[in-house]
Amino acid sequence: MSTVILLIITGLGLGALYFLVASGLSLIYGLMGVLNFAHGSFLTLGAFAGWEFARRMGGGSWLTFFASLVVGAVVGAVVAAATEFLLIRRLYERHIEQVLVTVGLALASVALFDGIWGTDPIYVTGPAWLTQTSDILGARVPNDRFVLIIAAVFVLLAIVAFLKFTRYGLIIRAGVENRSMVTALGIDVRRAFTVVFAIGGAAAGLGGVLASHYFGYVSPQLGGSLLIFAFIVTVIGGLGSLAGAAMASVIVAILQQFANFFLGGTGDLVVVLLLAAVLLIRPTGLRGSKA
Amino acid sequence: MKRVTSTRQWMWWIVGGVVAAFAAILPMLNLSIPGVLPGATYLPGTLQLLAVAMLFASLALSYHLLFGTAGLLSFGHALYFGLGAYGVGLLLKNTTLSLVPAIALTIAAVICVAYLVGALSLRVTGISFAMVTLAFAQAGNVLVRRNPQITGGDEGLQLHTDNVPQFLIGVLNTRNLYWVALGVLVVVFVIVTCFEHSRAGHVVTAIRENELRVRVLGLRPFGVKLVAFVIASVLAAVVGIVHLLLQSGVTPSATSSDFTLTILVIVVLGGVGSRWGAVVGGIVYTLLDQRLTALASSDAIAALPPILRIPLSEPLFILGTLFILVVMFLPGGIAGALGRVGGRSRRSLVAPGVTERDRLEDAE
Repeated sequence: MSTVILLIITGLGLGALYFLVASGLSLIYGLMGVLNFAHGSFLTLGAFAGWEFARRMGGGSWLTFFASLVVGAVVGAVVAAATEFLLIRRLYERHIEQVLVTVGLALASVALFDGIWGTDPIYVTGPAWLTQTSDILGARVPNDRFVLIIAAVFVLLAIVAFLKFTRYGLIIRAGVENRSMVTALGIDVRRAFTVVFAIGGAAAGLGGVLASHYFGYVSPQLGGSLLIFAFIVTVIGGLGSLAGAAMASVIVAILQQFANFFLGGTGDLVVVLLLAAVLLIRPTGLRGSKA
Repeated sequence: MKRVTSTRQWMWWIVGGVVAAFAAILPMLNLSIPGVLPGATYLPGTLQLLAVAMLFASLALSYHLLFGTAGLLSFGHALYFGLGAYGVGLLLKNTTLSLVPAIALTIAAVICVAYLVGALSLRVTGISFAMVTLAFAQAGNVLVRRNPQITGGDEGLQLHTDNVPQFLIGVLNTRNLYWVALGVLVVVFVIVTCFEHSRAGHVVTAIRENELRVRVLGLRPFGVKLVAFVIASVLAAVVGIVHLLLQSGVTPSATSSDFTLTILVIVVLGGVGSRWGAVVGGIVYTLLDQRLTALASSDAIAALPPILRIPLSEPLFILGTLFILVVMFLPGGIAGALGRVGGRSRRSLVAPGVTERDRLEDAE
């Protein structure tokens, strides 16, 4: 029983991480039709920025930890918005080229991170509480899982509130539904593109700092490995659906944890099989309307 | 086959034949191109590099069949390259089969895998197709890295040479492998051309342009797309097998998503939709990669201040940046740029590169 609880909570923590990456991917795809391969680089950069900040402040205190989360999110948002403004916008409505540019950016940025920080993993230190465990119904759960889950729920609520109660949120929701109609009504959707990229980048940067504490290290490959699972989550959840992404992250991560434990480390394969099954039964994903 | 018989087309075939014949006698010649090749052309090191370049050109051609001709943006092409290399490598290591039966068995397996994966991933189109192929390739990559007792894990798999013919082994026989690589390039080029000019090729091109219209005409896109997918996969597997022989082994990076992205970069660099572009892109990319790596470890770079030294010492950073610039400012890649400079008619060289890409977007 305690094993099951441990697996579920760890799965929720991992799912939270997937969600932080997938939410941005899904929103960007839903509004702009761009599959953002550079999203992993936003995450990695956020993680490195958080680590550099914590190192300078002498990590270990809670204040530094929270500040590093903010630094990661801000760096992710700024870089993502700059990417949209400088690269993606020039290729407006040319989806294949937009994808290719993000592919080039992902390759170049990972190489640049290799050059700056080296290819070896760098171990991070946070508040001591994060590395300890709590006792929940007999299961000894590492504390960083709770932080991840809380952060993901916070991000989910924040994005939902933003989409529901602000003017930009209204434009974005309408744009996902029917972009040409919104443009026809005289609203400049392109400004919303930058906002969506910034939100996605902030979630990814925040996810990067949290991922570095979850895995215990930060390396230039960090973003790329998470990005592939985020892609799978987005397809299973349905492209463009935030709720779908949230549901799929939890399902994928928990399934992965259980398969890793009970089926001898086959978690990654089970996830791909799940993807195949979902595509066979529902090609549009759990909550998607367009394939 | 009507289009092939036009004079301009024949001219291109003759030029191609002359270039191939020249490439075939290169190992007998003593040519040096400082700055491009590491040494004279008869040296094994140079031949090795040229052979790798030709294999990348063949691989780019097989990807061109998917992306340029059929309009299928796959992110899992490395899976088949890796399947070919690991399949033959494992058969040679664990069985007493000689090289040719091992290759035949591997290709049969690749056809089965490509058929299954293709049938499944072609259920979705566009970006979803890209993601699904990526997921399958990633599963292959995980399988290779997680089973070190079988595949050698991150260390890679060494080629067991017991059952490989003598003339394909050793540094002195690099020129034989060079000729094999050249042969692969020519054969792949001919197969890709024949497919493009076949009925199936025309249907696939039509599907890329407008799938709905093909359906209205009473044709079923699924089967033809699957055929293109399987052919491209088998060609990639053949290239993987020769790459295994040439490099005397294979590493898991050959199955990674980064490897597929490299092929994509090559095809786009050369010019989407152009066969010659794919070949030129493969050769230019390999030589550039080798030269940039040599440059990165040179003293001139080490003496620079960090802000210049760090980016310049990462070949992939320079190639990635170059790729972004090509996508943004040079649509049609090398082939498109050459065509524009030469002022050729749009049909012969430039047209496929430019117009097909525009139509690709319309199809999205």
